[in-house]
Amino acid sequence: MKKALVIGGGLHGLSTALHLARTPGWQVTLLERRHVGRHSSGVNAGGVRRLGRALPEIALSVIAAEMWQNITALVGDDCGFRATGQVKVAESTADMAKNEARVAQVRALGWSHEEVVDQVEVRRLLPAVSRHVVGAIVTRDDGSADPMRTVMAFRRAAEQAGVTIVEGVAVTGLEATAEGTIRVDTDQGPYEAERVANCAGAWAPDLAALTGETIPCGTKASMMIVTERLPPFVDPTVGATARALSFKQTAAGTVVIGGGHQGRNDKAAETSTVLFGSLAHAARIAAEIFPCVAQARIVRSWTGTEARPPDDMPVIGESRTLPGLFHSFGFSGHGFQLSPAAGAAVAELMARGATNLPVAPFTQDRFTVPA
Amino acid sequence: MFRRTEPTDCTIEWEGRALPARAGESLAVALLAAGITSFRETPVTGTARGPLCLMGACFDCLVEVEGAQNIQACLTQVTPGMRAGIQHGARGFVDDAA
Amino acid sequence: MSVADEWTAAKDGAAPVAEKVDLLVLGAGPAGMAAATEARAHGMSVLVLDENAAPGGQVHRAVEARLPAKDDQDKDGAKLAAAFRASGAQYRPGATLWAVEPEGKVFWSEAGAARSVRAERLILCAGATERPLPIPGWTLPGVMSVGAAQIALKTSGLVPEGAVWLAGQGPLLWLYAVQALAKGGRIAGIVDLSPPGGLRRAQPHLLRALKAPEYLWRGLVWQRQVKRAVQVIPARDLRAEGEGRLARILVDGVAHPADLLLLHDGVVPNTQVTRAIAGLTHGWDPVQRCWRPGLDLWGNTAVPGVMVAGDSGGIGGARAAALSGRIAALEAGRALGRITTDERDGRAGPLRLLRDRQLAPRLFLDAMFPPLPEAAIPDETVLCRCEEVTAGRVRQAVALGCLGANQTKAFTRAGMGPCQGRICGPAVHGVIAAARGVQGGEVDPFRTRFPTKPLTLGELAALAG
Repeated sequence: MKKALVIGGGLHGLSTALHLARTPGWQVTLLERRHVGRHSSGVNAGGVRRLGRALPEIALSVIAAEMWQNITALVGDDCGFRATGQVKVAESTADMAKNEARVAQVRALGWSHEEVVDQVEVRRLLPAVSRHVVGAIVTRDDGSADPMRTVMAFRRAAEQAGVTIVEGVAVTGLEATAEGTIRVDTDQGPYEAERVANCAGAWAPDLAALTGETIPCGTKASMMIVTERLPPFVDPTVGATARALSFKQTAAGTVVIGGGHQGRNDKAAETSTVLFGSLAHAARIAAEIFPCVAQARIVRSWTGTEARPPDDMPVIGESRTLPGLFHSFGFSGHGFQLSPAAGAAVAELMARGATNLPVAPFTQDRFTVPA
Repeated sequence: MFRRTEPTDCTIEWEGRALPARAGESLAVALLAAGITSFRETPVTGTARGPLCLMGACFDCLVEVEGAQNIQACLTQVTPGMRAGIQHGARGFVDDAA
Repeated sequence: MSVADEWTAAKDGAAPVAEKVDLLVLGAGPAGMAAATEARAHGMSVLVLDENAAPGGQVHRAVEARLPAKDDQDKDGAKLAAAFRASGAQYRPGATLWAVEPEGKVFWSEAGAARSVRAERLILCAGATERPLPIPGWTLPGVMSVGAAQIALKTSGLVPEGAVWLAGQGPLLWLYAVQALAKGGRIAGIVDLSPPGGLRRAQPHLLRALKAPEYLWRGLVWQRQVKRAVQVIPARDLRAEGEGRLARILVDGVAHPADLLLLHDGVVPNTQVTRAIAGLTHGWDPVQRCWRPGLDLWGNTAVPGVMVAGDSGGIGGARAAALSGRIAALEAGRALGRITTDERDGRAGPLRLLRDRQLAPRLFLDAMFPPLPEAAIPDETVLCRCEEVTAGRVRQAVALGCLGANQTKAFTRAGMGPCQGRICGPAVHGVIAAARGVQGGEVDPFRTRFPTKPLTLGELAALAG
């Protein structure tokens, strides 16, 4: 058996570990500094969305969508996934024009999941939407899932596949050994493996830096609001063309509102803080697009810390300074949907050095200035 | 259950019924003094609930007050003639006084 | 007009709030009132936010309506309230704080409108909450906490009558019984759930406790008075039953008719706000089995500028709370340059001696009344009342790998309802620890999240300007 280590117990680490453990010949250990699902994996909005993806992400996202449709086969639990659709509303004719151009572009590349709909259809899909909304882009079989349930399902599946999960272990160093393996130092002693995955989220660039590799990457602390339970009034997850919004009613009736409004991160303390002056904008946009929620009470708000490269796209690829180390991070707040497919791709890269999955656009080489 | 030892000085309306109360006391205490224990039905299973803590922590005393929903009765001061009623399940959309 | 004058003038609840204050005090209980009064004496501009309609907190609730004060507790409260009213601190009753951001930005709601202020320093005096005593059937209407009944007694003179039972343990249970009986109330019985051997456990702390003998003496008198008038049944197992409301209780399997059951298992620090502040560390108190914020002698937390005084920093009772409020205010005055370090130390010295005396009986009381064991809570018992999550469901989540309160929350919704785990927090935490077979300190506590009290989307949206 060959040994592999996965650093980071978020969804991408768990998915990578799961797929690699199911590859014959690999013995996988996952190291997590705190506990599984501690940061954005367990607390994100749970969007399972192809709609609006950056063009280089669409291919991987489409494959991930197929995996989500059959997620029970992958992890033995439906992860609370519901294919209730995703809708991006247009609030003006300018928005509509933008939407039409976007969908034309996606279709020209051969993808047909995005569809422009008119005011009649958007009102049919979203009876509670404000009357000023004039149309939308829709992906009808996108949807959403329950983040912590998903994390726990991936955890159980990984453990059943033979992954050893060790929580409360912090990695302090990475280096190549004379035997061609990688030695991973931790605050609780060294580990050794032939392949290592860096799935450490916001802290992944710091791990890369330990090996002398600089990957440009900042952080995100997208804020979210959840309301008290309301009667069911909206099925799809809703965004907006020109304003930052993500709006979803859960099966319990609570409404989760986000959209990328940023709180403050403290990476060293491993905390992030909500800033209400900025979160107020999310509340305002939500109440303007769905006026019925204005009187709903907010019961919680939160942020999750995430890595964000300059182009808002993930970094997936082998280290340029430490062969055998593979990066998978920087999903910039939209990695939840990608996790089943990205984990499969990274596991393949680790096991055989190559993958047919479309992750080529995500190598860190894109940040290298051509000589 | 409870007996008042101090006189009431006004009435309030609960579910259309007049109840004696003291202006300025909490609505939750006024209801308890009148023998009312069921304040709401939960949004999860629809079972009846009454107050637990009377200090603003438990959110089990949620009622409708003057058309506004999910109001904590223990933090609402009685005013003469105040109208209140059971909070049925989750907040609805149409009745808010806003 | 000086800043202080403006503040003194602004007594009206609807008066505008300045953009900046020297000191914001959360809570107008003994700690908050004393802190505000002391801070004003050193020239600080002080804003006091309190959720209740009148000053006093829980222990001195509605004290100004009972003047002239008759018992010692009311006398203490009346004195604190009078000094506070005269202090010139701006006092906002009916004000619910819901967020504290870095650099002292504080948000609250008042009469349905959200407001904010920037404070140089904060003294959080959020008091205590009753430890939950989850038993099967405790969600039935007609089951309340002893503290709730005491509030009804203090604010409106409601006394128990009919088939009223008290159950659990702790000083407040006996105090309420004494107060209720004195006002002509009637109690059908007391179910004493305290683990046997209390005196034996507490004895090593007796000598220290005798530094403030009045506490122990009062406790003994209360128990004797009550036991003369009311049957006391020592028991291990208690259930509440009824259709749509409480009808009977089962005490070790024996049924008694009941129309009101009042539960109590001691009090714990209210850390709802402190736990939501990033970087504010808390430590596990293995004796009281609760989290408390890490504080220095003055009440400084790990976050610069944020202080805690009173029971929300560790249970010490009303007199210790008022003293710690004054001590914290002196430190705030030093930090803001209003008094020198020497002046702070000189003034705080006697207060600290007095506080030590007040705290002397705590170890004895803690050993007498250790919290009831969460391992014994039956699976079918609802722990999280908001989301109706049972102990069995939390234990299942632990078996599935949810090892901390935040994971069980995300997984089972326990702690996700409008109360944000205020009520169920200690019980969920204890059940997880017991299910894992570890000390409570090894289990990740519930992270609380701002807004720590619900506000509407519309209220928040209005802040977007």
